[in-house]
Amino acid sequence: MAEGRFPSPFEIETPPGAEGWEELYTYSLPFSEDRRAYEESVFWFQDGIHWPEVLPPWDATFYEYAIASLSQYNTRHYLIPPALGIDYRVLNGYAYLTPVPVTDPAEIEARVPKFMERAGYYFQNWDRLYDNWKEKIRRLTEELKRLDLSPLPEVEPMEVITEGRGEGSGMRLIENYRELLNQALRLWQYHFEFLNLGYAAYLDFFGFCKEAFPNIPDLAIAKMVAGVEVDLFVPDEKLRELAKLAIELGVDAMFDDGDPEAIMAKLAESDAGRRWLAKWDEYKDPWFNFSNGSGFYHTDEVWIEHLEIPFSYLRNYMEKFRAGEDLSRPIEELRAERDRVVSEYLELLPSEEDKEAFNQKLGLARVVFPYVENHNFWVEHYSHAIVWRKMRELGDTLVHAGFLAERDDVFYLKRNEVSDVLWDYYSAWAVGTEPRGTVYWPREIERRKGILDVLRAWSPPPALGEPPEVVTEPFTIMLWGITSDSIGMWLSGGGEEAPADGLKGFAASPGVAEGPARVILTADQIGEVQEGEILVAPLTAPSWAPIFNKIKATVTDIGGMMSHAAIVCREYGLPAVTGTAFGTKQIKTGQVIRVDGSTGTVTILE
Amino acid sequence: MNDFVLWFEEYEPAHLPIVGGKNRSLGEMTRAGLPVPPGFALTTLAYEAMRDQDELARREVRELLSHVDLTDASGLQELAAKVRRRIEAIPMPAEVERALRDAYAALCERCGVDDVPVAVRSSATAEDLVDASFAGLQDTFLWVRGIDDVLAHVQRCWSSCFTDRAIAYRHEMGHDHDRLLMSVAIQKMVRPKAAGVAFTLNPSDGDRSQVAIDSAWGFGEAVVSGEVTPDNFLVDKVIYEIVSRTISPKVVEYRLDEATNRVVKAEVPDDRVNAPSLTDDEAKAVAAMARRAERHFGGPQDVEWAIDADLPDGENVILLQSRPETVWSQKPRTPVARATSDPIEGIVATLLNPVHTRGRGSTVGE
Repeated sequence: MAEGRFPSPFEIETPPGAEGWEELYTYSLPFSEDRRAYEESVFWFQDGIHWPEVLPPWDATFYEYAIASLSQYNTRHYLIPPALGIDYRVLNGYAYLTPVPVTDPAEIEARVPKFMERAGYYFQNWDRLYDNWKEKIRRLTEELKRLDLSPLPEVEPMEVITEGRGEGSGMRLIENYRELLNQALRLWQYHFEFLNLGYAAYLDFFGFCKEAFPNIPDLAIAKMVAGVEVDLFVPDEKLRELAKLAIELGVDAMFDDGDPEAIMAKLAESDAGRRWLAKWDEYKDPWFNFSNGSGFYHTDEVWIEHLEIPFSYLRNYMEKFRAGEDLSRPIEELRAERDRVVSEYLELLPSEEDKEAFNQKLGLARVVFPYVENHNFWVEHYSHAIVWRKMRELGDTLVHAGFLAERDDVFYLKRNEVSDVLWDYYSAWAVGTEPRGTVYWPREIERRKGILDVLRAWSPPPALGEPPEVVTEPFTIMLWGITSDSIGMWLSGGGEEAPADGLKGFAASPGVAEGPARVILTADQIGEVQEGEILVAPLTAPSWAPIFNKIKATVTDIGGMMSHAAIVCREYGLPAVTGTAFGTKQIKTGQVIRVDGSTGTVTILE
Repeated sequence: MNDFVLWFEEYEPAHLPIVGGKNRSLGEMTRAGLPVPPGFALTTLAYEAMRDQDELARREVRELLSHVDLTDASGLQELAAKVRRRIEAIPMPAEVERALRDAYAALCERCGVDDVPVAVRSSATAEDLVDASFAGLQDTFLWVRGIDDVLAHVQRCWSSCFTDRAIAYRHEMGHDHDRLLMSVAIQKMVRPKAAGVAFTLNPSDGDRSQVAIDSAWGFGEAVVSGEVTPDNFLVDKVIYEIVSRTISPKVVEYRLDEATNRVVKAEVPDDRVNAPSLTDDEAKAVAAMARRAERHFGGPQDVEWAIDADLPDGENVILLQSRPETVWSQKPRTPVARATSDPIEGIVATLLNPVHTRGRGSTVGE
């Protein structure tokens, strides 16, 4: 690892014009003098996988809910012996994390029997508990959808009187917003009910394979465990099916021009078109509640709310079908290949005991892995889309009430400020006078937008504080791709020039490809990607899957072997190098690059 | 096949008595998908046809051999030379010559090379000694080119069952000279673009899931003798991914001097010194071949291989030799499984002693 350390969080200055940014977040989020000694003593890394951009104030809600829930399971539910939670902060609007280890060996020892009892219960009852989980998520999202966040009426309807309800619409609005927050927190509690245990079982199999076969590619291990049918890939599969159906019904030409609404209107005029629309309606909920980002930002675009995204993919698929391409996934072949890989490694093991242990660990990893693979669709995509939608309903209500200029301004309020705003709204409505907020908030939100714009232009350092000698904490490596190597790479600075021997990253998906680079910094640029190019992005989202039919390979700045980008690339058979740290900085659109997904190297050729 | 020619890929166990041990091994390897250089056996029926068409010569040979005196080395040498001359003087039967001409022409066509250079090797057998290969006792002729040379060397091969050493050996063992039969192997000479060795495990840590390949330009001598630092590839033998790749400067190579039909040492031109001697696909093909050899022979192998410049992609990885790996194969293998019956205990152990998961595939220089 390179020598040196990262700046202390207390050495980082606020960019001019962003003064007071701390007030846009919960008071416990910024670094502060109150905890300075502790905060300076640990290593923090920027979580670019989930929160690569500045956090708008309300969006920080999911950041806090997610990391606190993750931590709660390690620390208080399962008592993961060597690991407490992940501590989290915001600096100049960006998310920084630090894993908290259990350092006292006696305490680790004491946690072991409790972990075995508690985690053991989940492992033994996994399928039943996971079925239960799906039902819990279904109920939770149904309840979210039902929340009424509409404006307060001019007068209460007559039945409030006749039914003797004794409470009014203000109560309803205040209560439903609280309920929205409760459900959002509950969603994240559910999210981590299984996840860490799932990773632990996977890592156990991973560790066994690495011990038996020191040189085994990580990819081979992932291949043995990965499911063949995964919810995360269903939206893309449904799009292919719809593209094929449009051709079969002879309505594909209607997609050639016009905006999606016009196309849909045209489709509704014919029987064939209506059959296609019926299929579309059947699939859109839940499958097209699919975000083009990580799902953690209100600005991430969800397919059913931005029809131009799925429609452009549909057009692309129709073209490919018409050109005679077979886009179906060979499920049986994938299964057979997975079985072959497993049986060959098994055969190479030295003893019967090892074979038994291998089978047992693989068995458990496969029991837990569907959760690891599927939860992301149901939580970050599907449920988050509903939360964002409900928040926009509330935004509309506040626009109607004069507090906001536009619906998305609601995300410039902290989650607890929203309660105060609703109080102001309700209270003035109740009294029959003017609220303060209709003057105060439009002005304040403009000011906040200015601060966030300044922070958006600022580049967060990849890490803060003294780097650890060696990274061993399994979740950090697995989830965030942080290794001693990547820390060394950050410390080496990574200027504008790529090193002569190429950029290094994770060998996330095998194969070699050469082609012109296309550097994409935000999700709304993905329309620029042309056939045959190599995608270079800070990170990719699972919902970008359809463009993986156009591109030859992928390079990302952030992420490890299990990052969503890596999973999608393996699924689509594209070479990928993830976690290069500086790919988007050092590679320029149009440069011809060579991506070696087997060794994790990216070379600029010309 | 006709009675005289049997292609390696046509070999079946019933053919052993008419092709001998050397051809059996080539035939079996070919049938097992192990890419030995293409070629065919000239069966013992050809030898018999030659021998039986000249009863007089046969009687003369028998007569000469009745005077073997092992104590007289120079006398034995002289006697052997006489026998060989006599046998070589027997004209090749016309139907044997026709079969040989056709087969050689077919081999040239298959390799896409006129007058393809071949090795002509003896593959001896005997009626009651199925594997009477008498290793090293008969002659092998390399870089034989053109049908006339092939015909001449087949006759020299036939006669080579009567070298002084072969005669002495049979005399000592009490084998009847007359019951000896001779088959001949005619096999394409490999003209390697690159060659080297491959182990079906990682020699540095004994990892059985890997194939380790050393490779350099030209003939394998440069690698085997250690005259060049070879390129090194580590390939996973299950998913055929290149786990690591180290390219070294390769300054010399052994290549065929067309004029003299000799293998000579030469400097590698600048543009190839630092270029990889194998493409990734070739490295994977070498690994797959080594893996097949390992399965065929039932244990880790140390394989010599070459990429033949004459053969098309997909058929150009050639197995030259395969022998059991001796270092790791003889060590007892340490079991991996920790003594845990409870899967949760395994997970606890993993959490407490995490593997340092270096995700990076590239181990070059690490």
